[in-house]
Amino acid sequence: MSDKDIDEHSGVDTTGHEWDGIKELNNPLPRWWVIVFYITIIWSVVYWVLMPSWPGITGYLKGTRNHSERENVTVQMAALDAERAESTQRLIAAPSLEAIESDPALHQFAMAAGASLFGDNCATCHGAGGQGFKGYPNLNDDAWLWGGSLDQIKHTITVGRRSLHPETTNTLMMAYGRDGLLTRDQINDLVDYVSFISGQAEETEAATRAAPLFASQCASCHGADGTGDQIQGAPNLTDAIWLFGGDRATLYETLWNGRAGVMPAWDERLSEEEIIALSVYVHSLGGGE
Amino acid sequence: MDKAAGTNASGGVERINVEPINSPENRTLYKAREAIYPKRVSGKYRRLKWVIMVLTLGVYYILPWVRWERGANEPDQAILVDFAGSRFYFFAIEIWPDELYYVTGLLILAALGLFLATALFGRIWCGYTCPQTVWTDLYIAVERMIEGDRNKRMKLDKAPWSTDKIMKKVSKHTIWILIGMATGGAWIFYFHDAPTIAAQFFKGQAPFTAYFYCALLTMTTYIFAGSMREQVCTYMCPWPRIQAALTDEDTLQVTYKKDRGEPRGPHKKGDSWDGRGDCVSCRACVAACPMGIDIREGAQLECINCALCIDACDDIMAKVDRPLSLIGYDTDANMARREAGEKPKFNYIRPRILVYSVMLVLVASVMSWTLFSRATVNLNVIRDRTPPFVKLSDGSVRNAYTVKIVNRDNVERTFLLDVKGPPEMVVSAAGDNFEENNHQVVVLDDSVRSIRLFVTLPPEALDKASLPISVTARDIATGEEALNPTTFITGGR
Repeated sequence: MSDKDIDEHSGVDTTGHEWDGIKELNNPLPRWWVIVFYITIIWSVVYWVLMPSWPGITGYLKGTRNHSERENVTVQMAALDAERAESTQRLIAAPSLEAIESDPALHQFAMAAGASLFGDNCATCHGAGGQGFKGYPNLNDDAWLWGGSLDQIKHTITVGRRSLHPETTNTLMMAYGRDGLLTRDQINDLVDYVSFISGQAEETEAATRAAPLFASQCASCHGADGTGDQIQGAPNLTDAIWLFGGDRATLYETLWNGRAGVMPAWDERLSEEEIIALSVYVHSLGGGE
Repeated sequence: MDKAAGTNASGGVERINVEPINSPENRTLYKAREAIYPKRVSGKYRRLKWVIMVLTLGVYYILPWVRWERGANEPDQAILVDFAGSRFYFFAIEIWPDELYYVTGLLILAALGLFLATALFGRIWCGYTCPQTVWTDLYIAVERMIEGDRNKRMKLDKAPWSTDKIMKKVSKHTIWILIGMATGGAWIFYFHDAPTIAAQFFKGQAPFTAYFYCALLTMTTYIFAGSMREQVCTYMCPWPRIQAALTDEDTLQVTYKKDRGEPRGPHKKGDSWDGRGDCVSCRACVAACPMGIDIREGAQLECINCALCIDACDDIMAKVDRPLSLIGYDTDANMARREAGEKPKFNYIRPRILVYSVMLVLVASVMSWTLFSRATVNLNVIRDRTPPFVKLSDGSVRNAYTVKIVNRDNVERTFLLDVKGPPEMVVSAAGDNFEENNHQVVVLDDSVRSIRLFVTLPPEALDKASLPISVTARDIATGEEALNPTTFITGGR
């Protein structure tokens, strides 16, 4: 294109491209746009020099600012820890966990820390509000397998239950049916008996028949009156709360297959102050003893 | 005077060689901006504009340094937008983020005030107080001080580069950038304690955002007032479009009184004024216009009503010994009245004025009432949703509530929590020695306290699916109360 092809209507040069008599005008880009475009090119060169940019065989070009997001996160986390240091120190230094609960400021700190820890670590099994699921205890109610005092909750979180921790407790509900310890009929009688002592059914002949069986087979853990034993983690069979279910089918299943729910130990995953905060949080959910 | 560019059109008054570059016939849609070189004027409106410039800029620059005593734990800056502490301070008023509706109310008030002022006096906001106008005016004053008035500036821009030109341009842009920096600098003082952030700023210890916003406002001031100027008003601002709906034929606007001015034409000294208008076609009004228009073409979108053409014209009218105010504040209705031989009058009692006034008074009253009767205690009771209710071992049911007591006062206060519900209900709280304190809760000054409250109902009281209960927090010293009704979910039946 040596000759300029000026459009007669607008007085603007055309690109020479024509479609069915319609010509494309050759309006220049706005100057500010072109300037910004060149600035971005210059900026990209500056960015290569300053920031990590080119990948290499064994690593990458780090840039003069030696920028690293990973290190920044570490620094920010350390700064956050330093900011919280005073409160976390007070958590550890508190004479007892009860003392934390009766100090309003410290209690709120523990609750806030506990809530986020609970969401990250505990909610998967116990539910977002600690409401529990079948086999995973509800932490809001007042029935505790292993005790609901602040220190007992802290111990449970630290060593877990039936976990790999050496100090954990490994007692379990045996598989009476599957292992041939009791017959089908005996188990059916015991289901009647447990339904009776938990107030769900009238006393039946079968229940009366099962009373001595309960005393010999079950009372060592669940107690002679069936109210359970927190040392062995044996649930109270006379209250309204069931971990797996209190209906006949579930009771039969429990007796036949046994139960051995596991809670992992958290002492390696969480720090001392985190476990303290979590204990206070769980205790304050409502069920704490 | 304008000897170089002007042609002598008549005895005494010179005709200035100037084209209104933004008038409709001169402005095509696709055209680069042509520079406007507004000519210096003097007169009463120019003086008024200087006074308003000093006032508005003074308020903007000085206000963050004004102190206001609020007590030991509170900042003492009169106006402070404290993002870190999530508070907004305005003299005696302190609002929390949840009270942002006060700001909404303030904006509505400002809008109504603007509507009313515009309906009465046209674009006085644009002409006198808009930051774009004020800073552009300041930038033009600096430009004029360094490069001289209209003709000298035009000549300088056309001249080839020389030491003198470089010196002038460099010093002008330096002062412009310094003004821009003062603007951006003052801006950040509204968001931090001014003396502290000022010291930090110069030591290089201020937060990144402070430097960022300072740089941003420096840049916008420099670009908007330095090079974009009238384009901001014409192309970027929505207000010129809206104002057409707010003004009517009785609105006072900067007007060329064509009934008096036409037919226009050059006038020689000693000529008769019979059979002709007062306009001598000197174009002083066009030369003075910072928007590059000709006011004699009537009301235009571009006109910001800055009134500089009034001063320019009055100057000429005094010279040719005609009455002043050929261009002046006037209404379209008056122009029609004069043409019909009636007496002009300013009709300020109009339906839209009444509506705006009533609305303004109404909103202002509601605002002041809510502000003066603002509660210093708030209570939020949030019922747990996971789980909605908890069955206890004896068959009773418990609901948990997060109770937030908001103490907006600057003193520590003790509140008594009173829960009303079925008589069988048992109330307790997590930790805090709630029972021993007889349900009393201490809330620190200017803060929120959360309590986990438990309400338990025995099995015999659970005959409905849900029951209404209510929580009241009462200040035991002042008796001020906040009530929050909620429900109890029994989980059955």
